Amino acid sequence: MANKAYQRIYTRLESITKATVSLRATGVSNDELAIVAGRLAQVVRTKGDVVTLQVFSGTEGIPTNAEVMFMGVPPTLKVSDSLAGRFFNAYGHPIDGGPEVEGEEREIGGPSVNPYKRRQPSQLIPTGIAGIDLNNTIVSGQKIPFFADPDQPYNQVMADVAMRADVDKIILGGMGLSNDDYLFFRHSFEDAGALDKIISFVNTTEDPTVERLLIPDMALTAAEYFAVDRNQKVLVLLTDMTLYADALSIVSNRMDQIPSKDSMPGSLYSDLAKIYEKAVQLPTGGSITIIAVTTLNDGDITHAIPDNTGYITEGQLFLRADPDSGKVIIDPFRSLSRLKQNVQNKKTREDHSQVMNAGVRLYADAQNAKTKLENGFDLSDYDRRCLAYAKDYATKLLAIDVNISIEDMLDTAWGLFAKYFSKAETGIKQQFIDKYWKG
Amino acid sequence: MKTTGKVTGIVSNLVTVETQGPVSENEICYIDLDGTRLMSEVIKVNGNRASVQVYESTRGLANGAMVEFEGKMLEATLGPGLLSSVYDGLQNNLTTMEGVFLKRGEYTSPLDHGKLWDFTPLAEPGQKVTGADWLGEVTEGWLPHKIMVPFSMKEEYTVKSVAPAGKYNIDETIAVVTDSAGEEINITMTQKWPVKVAVRNYREKPRPEKVMETGVRTIDTLNPIAEGGTGFIPGPFGCGKTVLQHAIARQGDADVIVMAACGERANEVVEIFTEFPELIDPHTGRKLMERTTIICNTSNMPVAAREASVYTAMTICEYYRAMGLKCLLLADSTSRWAQALREMSNRMEELPGADAFPVDISSIISSFYARAGMVVLNNGQRGAVTFIGTVSPAGGNLKEPVTESTKKAARCFYALEQHRADQKRYPAISPMDSYSKYLEYPEIRKWLDENVEEGWVEKVARVKNLLRQGKDASDQINILGDDGVPVSYHETFWKSELIDYTFLQQDGFDPVDCLTPWDRQKYMLDLVLDICERPFGFDDFEECRDYFKEIINVIRQMNYSEFKGDAFNKFNHQLDKLLEENGK
Repeated sequence: MANKAYQRIYTRLESITKATVSLRATGVSNDELAIVAGRLAQVVRTKGDVVTLQVFSGTEGIPTNAEVMFMGVPPTLKVSDSLAGRFFNAYGHPIDGGPEVEGEEREIGGPSVNPYKRRQPSQLIPTGIAGIDLNNTIVSGQKIPFFADPDQPYNQVMADVAMRADVDKIILGGMGLSNDDYLFFRHSFEDAGALDKIISFVNTTEDPTVERLLIPDMALTAAEYFAVDRNQKVLVLLTDMTLYADALSIVSNRMDQIPSKDSMPGSLYSDLAKIYEKAVQLPTGGSITIIAVTTLNDGDITHAIPDNTGYITEGQLFLRADPDSGKVIIDPFRSLSRLKQNVQNKKTREDHSQVMNAGVRLYADAQNAKTKLENGFDLSDYDRRCLAYAKDYATKLLAIDVNISIEDMLDTAWGLFAKYFSKAETGIKQQFIDKYWKG
Repeated sequence: MKTTGKVTGIVSNLVTVETQGPVSENEICYIDLDGTRLMSEVIKVNGNRASVQVYESTRGLANGAMVEFEGKMLEATLGPGLLSSVYDGLQNNLTTMEGVFLKRGEYTSPLDHGKLWDFTPLAEPGQKVTGADWLGEVTEGWLPHKIMVPFSMKEEYTVKSVAPAGKYNIDETIAVVTDSAGEEINITMTQKWPVKVAVRNYREKPRPEKVMETGVRTIDTLNPIAEGGTGFIPGPFGCGKTVLQHAIARQGDADVIVMAACGERANEVVEIFTEFPELIDPHTGRKLMERTTIICNTSNMPVAAREASVYTAMTICEYYRAMGLKCLLLADSTSRWAQALREMSNRMEELPGADAFPVDISSIISSFYARAGMVVLNNGQRGAVTFIGTVSPAGGNLKEPVTESTKKAARCFYALEQHRADQKRYPAISPMDSYSKYLEYPEIRKWLDENVEEGWVEKVARVKNLLRQGKDASDQINILGDDGVPVSYHETFWKSELIDYTFLQQDGFDPVDCLTPWDRQKYMLDLVLDICERPFGFDDFEECRDYFKEIINVIRQMNYSEFKGDAFNKFNHQLDKLLEENGK
């Protein structure tokens, strides 16, 4: 970043913490960028003439006489069509060896869309995975995370979803990605021959932690360019939002803020909402859909990060290893897509929601039977049928390696119902039983 | 002379201002940012330093910026045209804003100043009046919208003249009154009121005496809410809070509905203003949007305005209540409002209470709930504000400050259960933990006796008892095994499942099942209760289970069919046959 001749340079830091520095300076505005000893920093607090800066790459080795220069502008990204196919770091600088992108300079983390100017999300995004399409249908303009333990293959599933989704642009925001995962995404994008519709902003585990805080805003500023200015359907992948929240708590801790639950900052809800609410269906046809990953600690969704996320996002997709089928499945109980009714039975077949509910209800009965079995009780005939059904259902529909059309999913489910149950046991509306029952 | 000041410190949306003159708590001020005026509210004063919360992003704001204090608190603009509007938390009209993105410092007028309303006078010259007395009326949609003496005029006045019937805009004088000193005061169709102050221009606030119908069986029958009552719905995410609130908004028996989307998802608001203009109010046959006002401060909009949004919504309800109307206020979610308070308290470095919430959270919540209620107006007519808020407890744990404080303030408690939601038993309102204090009110029992059926409350108690017995039986079965208990345990359990599946559960997305009026609720409850109180002689538990499953299936088909229509009667007949067969 070029120095400007008239800029005043400060050379005396008052205090230094692991993530922030403070100094006396005047005429400084909130959120503006500065360079501290050659590192990028941002104003987070002013109190009288004392200014506190958050240093993105950490403060290791910064001396009290470090040079500080204020740049007078908040973080920006240059946007244009030539972003497509490129890989960037958290500051929006290319890491793929290519040239800097030319374009209009825009502030990141800009204002929100007027809710009245939004449209109701109503375009189906089919993924081929029945745990999603059948039970938790995703709609363009939706925001939904995968909740997964660290050992689940969430990045692979997300890459699969992205490659199958019918969208114009895919924007990857990688926070704390391991280098291996970064290369995995890069290779799967390349192998799919889809590189020209992909833009990546990546912070790997080798990069400083606090830099992650820039990633979602960078990715979403690029997304807004394509969705608003170019009327395109954009899919944004954010992984891993738990690591993003960890970075938030580090900064707030260094600023002596009183933590709320799980040592997260009190503003965690608003901070996450600002990101996820960028998902939008615009009246002009453009849309931003966000699929994120929130890693859990041993399936605990009551932790502040997944908990706040769940209240913000339009559902969640819960990945779990299923011992009966030996597969990773999308848990039908803990998963939910809040916008599914916008498309089910409207953009899909009329029996969709009834089949979905019956399938899950019977799967729940199987869980009860399983509890009985574990407690050493005799199983009834119905229990045994439920258990056999559950295994079939998990393998043919819930497993993440399923890749079929929604029509096939519905037919598969009807097949399973007829194989294991009577019509009354499914509790489905008579008109659909009459029309679709296989037997 | 307005007090001015200068910005001396900024942390996110908390700004410290050095003031040159008097300021008051909750006073509104504007901060000048290169010509853009950022609206803010004073939340703390210490010496000549005022802490103000800014209702906008403070990006780019620097110390030294000029501040102008307005000498008044945040006010709502009240007048005809509030219904079917979509406002932000500060009552800016979102529909008249330019551009796709919200612009900082863009404030739009809540009411249409050009629109002409058909005015009919109600008061006569010489009449003595005071604040909230009716001077005339206009027709807003289908509602008679009363034009009142402004709430802030507390003395007694004499009407000098009232404009003749005709078309007027909201700024024209429609009446002149004189005060005790003989000063003339011109009154228009619009008035302003500070949102954080309760409107108290009524004669008295008696106990509620009527039930508000929601069409949701598990609410109306098991734990009804009174007209002018308060209730809250806590629940973990994904348990159907919002779906339930929307159902109540669509079906609630009220003249005016105000929905405050407070720190929630924008797409949920979009759903309301996409669907409500098309949907029909089941009570009047008019478009739902005609009786609805939406206040939205979605989760990505400025945090400080979240608090304002619930107060603005309440003030609008109180305004319509003063016209003798039944209003329903739905706030989703009050936890977000509490979190906004927490964020500010945190930035002001106040000593925190439990879970880092400010220590006065409990009193803030209870004084807000206290603004609801049925009132007798000065002219003897009645109006009501019913308030239902949702609470989003962290981690679904109800032992947290916002839920606990709300429990003390609200009279109805609708606990959403994760376990029920997991099993897709919607609405996931727990029949065991939920309660309605109104069932203990003699006024409400009397109303139910007269309007539903003599002895209704006892009948409901019987249903609750059957559910409790079923729960006990199910626990025993789970401990001892299917064969380890007598068949009668299975029968008890399945009777409670029958009530659950056919009465408590309701398909909010089915056009017929979503709304059950009183007569149908009564019919279905009698039908289910009759089955529950029959003795059955089953040989084994499998026979019992299969039999009840079949009955449940038939009654569910009835729920999906038009009441007493052909399909309904056919299934009813089928049910009678099933019951007869067992009788043999």
